[in-house]
Amino acid sequence: MEQLPPETATAKTELPAPAALREKKPQESSAAPGNKIFDVENVSIFYGAFKAVTDVTMPIYENEITAFIGSSGSGKSTVLRAFNRMNDLVAGARLEGDMAYRGESLYGRDVSATAVRRRIGMVFQKPNPFPKSIYDNVAYGPRINGERNKHTLDEIVETSLRKAALWDEVKNRLNTSGLSLSGGQAQRLCIARTIAVEPDVVLMDEPASALDPIATHAVEDLMLELKEQYTIVVVTHNMQQATRVSDRTAVFYVLTDEKSDTRTGVLVEYGTTEQIFQDPQDPRTQGYVTGRVG
Amino acid sequence: MTAVAEPGRADLREPAGWRRTKNRIMTVLMYAAFVLTIVPLVFVLYTVIAKGASIISWQFLTAEIPFNVAPANVGGMGPAILGTIEITALASVMAVPLGVLGAIYLNEYGGKNRNLLARFLGFLADVMTGVPSIIMGLFIFSIWVLYFQFSGFAGALALGCLMLPIVIRSTEEMLKLVPDSLREGSYALGATKSRVTLTVVLPAALGGIVSGVLLAIARAAGETAPLLFTILTVTAANPNVFSGPNTSLPSQIFVNASSPYSGAQARGWGAALTLIAIAFVLMITARLVTARFDRFSR
Repeated sequence: MEQLPPETATAKTELPAPAALREKKPQESSAAPGNKIFDVENVSIFYGAFKAVTDVTMPIYENEITAFIGSSGSGKSTVLRAFNRMNDLVAGARLEGDMAYRGESLYGRDVSATAVRRRIGMVFQKPNPFPKSIYDNVAYGPRINGERNKHTLDEIVETSLRKAALWDEVKNRLNTSGLSLSGGQAQRLCIARTIAVEPDVVLMDEPASALDPIATHAVEDLMLELKEQYTIVVVTHNMQQATRVSDRTAVFYVLTDEKSDTRTGVLVEYGTTEQIFQDPQDPRTQGYVTGRVG
Repeated sequence: MTAVAEPGRADLREPAGWRRTKNRIMTVLMYAAFVLTIVPLVFVLYTVIAKGASIISWQFLTAEIPFNVAPANVGGMGPAILGTIEITALASVMAVPLGVLGAIYLNEYGGKNRNLLARFLGFLADVMTGVPSIIMGLFIFSIWVLYFQFSGFAGALALGCLMLPIVIRSTEEMLKLVPDSLREGSYALGATKSRVTLTVVLPAALGGIVSGVLLAIARAAGETAPLLFTILTVTAANPNVFSGPNTSLPSQIFVNASSPYSGAQARGWGAALTLIAIAFVLMITARLVTARFDRFSR
């Protein structure tokens, strides 16, 4: 994480026009999938006695944006949080089945959740900058990893903020509080903070749902920009967002059992975003995606 | 107030009748309650200042405590001020770290649903809050003073016992206010629990913790009962807090106020004013500290 590939530093300074990125996307998505980065097999997740998600099986591919869509309570966020073991923090959470990351089980006996999270970062629904300066927010992760060199930290902070398209707005006030930023800026700060540790995967839990349309666009452009280097899994309630940014889409659905009055989330369909939105195979997917406006 | 609304304009007042009357009655009652609360406070402050202000001087703050027959212009409360500072400081050194660490255990390590030990400790802290302060003094008297004699340290032990639950509870409340989203943000970057606590939770709660601690100190500095059985309340200054009888402002107030001599009584009022001033300074500091640490949370 000390040095970035030389081309990234220059590439990030001049962002390509968003439109160009959007046009490029469809033909990419139909291309053959790259390497599998996650392998989810028969995963069910419980919170105490409550089964939040049942039997999810899906691969996630490298350097792609995978979108999870579906109604509230369908378990998208639960599955997302399982990828970097954030569910460990919830009392009573339990996972059955297997979830592998680059061939290694994430829930194996010797696996440290901390080590997992250093490679698999997360951006939350509500921007949560630390009550520290902008600089310290971004430098937080590298410092955890033992980086003490002021010069290196300066570089990491600048590169990360540039990648998050926030540098120009904050470069003159790196010492002001991270909480002084607007919602959209704060979310980009959180993204900068996440990529400052050079993770392999970035998980995003409805990263734009608390933002206005302009900030949402900024975050979406950023995602497209970031997927060159990272693998992104994003939960979204916004189907246009899924079609705009994602290569692959997974549709979750709530199954309600009338008799026992229990609800659980299931994965009903998973495919390229194009296929999911233009040719959905499952009637439930069809119902969900045709609710789409436009 | 016009009885009839002009035609064409909305009448947005409270509807006439019982509801409007009720509103007035309640407003009056609120003001009355406010005045009632203020009266004793102002009265206490006024009395103490009126009776104590005239005696306060540099001499009063530093000079030895004279025999109680001495007139008001002789001697002062120097040893008592020294004793209060020594004893309270020592009590804080013992109780504050323990209390803050205890609260961190309760809130951060006890688990969301509170494991058995955390629940037990929380319960003990609650019980300890309710223990009358004189009992704390008796307790230290029976386990310490009987074996090791009267000393400032014994007083500090008693005050520490009194401060501990206050520090635990106020710190815990402050830690509870730190949003979980901050903890999650830190965990998501690969931080360990101790690091999350040290680098995110504590700094975010620091202002509140410090002001809670200062209020606990102010409370302890004003306690008389725990000191009655522990420091013996002598008149000589004792810079050694660990051995020999000591004295303090509250216990001097107690002794002087019950003395029949007007000079001693005047010194009692002066001591009372000094004590209030110390508490006031601590509270102002608490406010300033909170404001200082809130710089990044706005």
